[in-house]
Amino acid sequence: MAGIREISVFAENKPGKIEKITAVLANEGINILAITIASTNGFGIIKFIVDKTDLAYQKLKEKGFTVSLNEVLAFEMKDRPGQIHEIAKTLTKLEINMENAYVFVEDSRKKAYFIVQVKDMERAKRLLQKENLKLYDENKEVK
Amino acid sequence: MYWNEEIETIDRSNLKKLQLKRLQGTVRILYEKVPFYQNKFKELGITPEDIKSLDDVRKLPFTTREDLRDNYPYGLLAVSRDKIVRLHTSSGTTGKPKAIFFSKNDINQSAELIARCLIMTGVTKDDVLQNMMTYGLFTGALVMHYGAEKVGILVIPAGPGNTERQIALMQDFGSTCLHLTPSYALYLSEVMESKGIKPKRDLSLKRAYLGAEPYSEETRKKLESMFEIDIYNSYGLSEMNGPGVAFECICKNGMHIWEDNFLVEILDPSSDEPVKEGQEGELVLTTLCREGMPLLRYRTKDITKVISGDCPCGRTHRRISRILGRVDDMFIVRGVNIFPQQIERVLMSIKGVAQNYQILLESYDKLSVKVEIEQDFFDGSIEHLLNLKTKITEKLKSEILVTPKVELVEPGTLPISEGKLNRVIDKRTL
Repeated sequence: MAGIREISVFAENKPGKIEKITAVLANEGINILAITIASTNGFGIIKFIVDKTDLAYQKLKEKGFTVSLNEVLAFEMKDRPGQIHEIAKTLTKLEINMENAYVFVEDSRKKAYFIVQVKDMERAKRLLQKENLKLYDENKEVK
Repeated sequence: MYWNEEIETIDRSNLKKLQLKRLQGTVRILYEKVPFYQNKFKELGITPEDIKSLDDVRKLPFTTREDLRDNYPYGLLAVSRDKIVRLHTSSGTTGKPKAIFFSKNDINQSAELIARCLIMTGVTKDDVLQNMMTYGLFTGALVMHYGAEKVGILVIPAGPGNTERQIALMQDFGSTCLHLTPSYALYLSEVMESKGIKPKRDLSLKRAYLGAEPYSEETRKKLESMFEIDIYNSYGLSEMNGPGVAFECICKNGMHIWEDNFLVEILDPSSDEPVKEGQEGELVLTTLCREGMPLLRYRTKDITKVISGDCPCGRTHRRISRILGRVDDMFIVRGVNIFPQQIERVLMSIKGVAQNYQILLESYDKLSVKVEIEQDFFDGSIEHLLNLKTKITEKLKSEILVTPKVELVEPGTLPISEGKLNRVIDKRTL
């Protein structure tokens, strides 16, 4: 069982930031599957799931952005009501706290992914092994 | 009106004789009692006998704030410790403050100078002084307090802050004089305006004494019209007793510096040579009446100039202009002296902070510090960044005593400083 890597970019909260970051990805033909922005007074963190993670990380670094790669859990689910609730129930039972979470949906609208950031990835992965939840594995599945 | 007419209007030639006598006395005591000065005299090959005229002051060694730090806490005392009755401190560049000691006579003498200053602005025994400077280790409030009591006026030891209560005190006790920083005066006027308080209609204010921070003539005019009072410029520094070193009379054209207490030199900071009368230079002061901790040729780092000509008020002590700048990069926020090096030292001690930072002074009481974070510190966690921000804020506050607004920025985004001066961006229009 494995997770997926999320790219985080640290950015001051000012106009044009997302534009500059996404320009790097667009120029490299990198597809953004999901994007989320957490901002606080003065600065923010932009998080991406992309199709070419290593390339995206490398290019953003080269352009001088402050970037970090973090493993997150990606639960595969059907694009229909009640799916996130099922996953959340399991996480509650296992006492796994969600630090951050967001969703992306596949083109076909058949499948969607619930991305969850947790504090202790190893513990979460170990506990989830016994559960009947499908986790996306970046290393195995090729889009 | 004079507090001490004889000395305030003393003939200049008699003043010089008095200065020379006092200078010789001070030099002799330091030569006998203070090892720091004994060594300096030895290095320069001089003895007290070499001081034959006032110009001979230039043979004497300088004293710098580093000397005060190096001799902290008791090294510069010229009397035994049982003669000392009060300690004040002033912030320094390296974490250690400068300690300033007062003997009983020193307290009286600093109060005497304040008494002259207050009377010089038209104060009478019927006045009520609301003292809004910080009581404590800073000299600002206590020295003024003792001087006002010496005059015999009612002093309200309000201290700074709690603006609503300040206004209530003014209303309830009919304060006629305020002693405060220019930045707090600006804030106070805003609060009064928002509350619909019309000073002339609702209060009894006549005058305010502004000190501890540099401010412009324009700000004085603005505050005078907002409060509908006279505002007088006050100059002092802890190393020279605090407030009362120089003060404006009712003519409001430069501050009379009490030359019977301080020997004034204005030097070109690059050559240490005296400037021509009326030209700008660094103010260098020698105490002439101090007992506990006399200082020779103390480099204030403040830039000013002598205002030539006689003052219509009749006082013969020369006037200096408001402070025009600093020789070093010290700046003042809310009356607190801050050196960029203090901020730098704190920042560099914190893990996650990169080399570059910037200090922004945007409004009269706000200090912002932009800090670049280290590439490797960033792990995608907003919590870690917020913790870092809190840590920086708290550590800075405990060092500089002012709570800064800390902004975290990306590495490599701040302009690269070539000198320390570039790190401070002062946009204030005080």
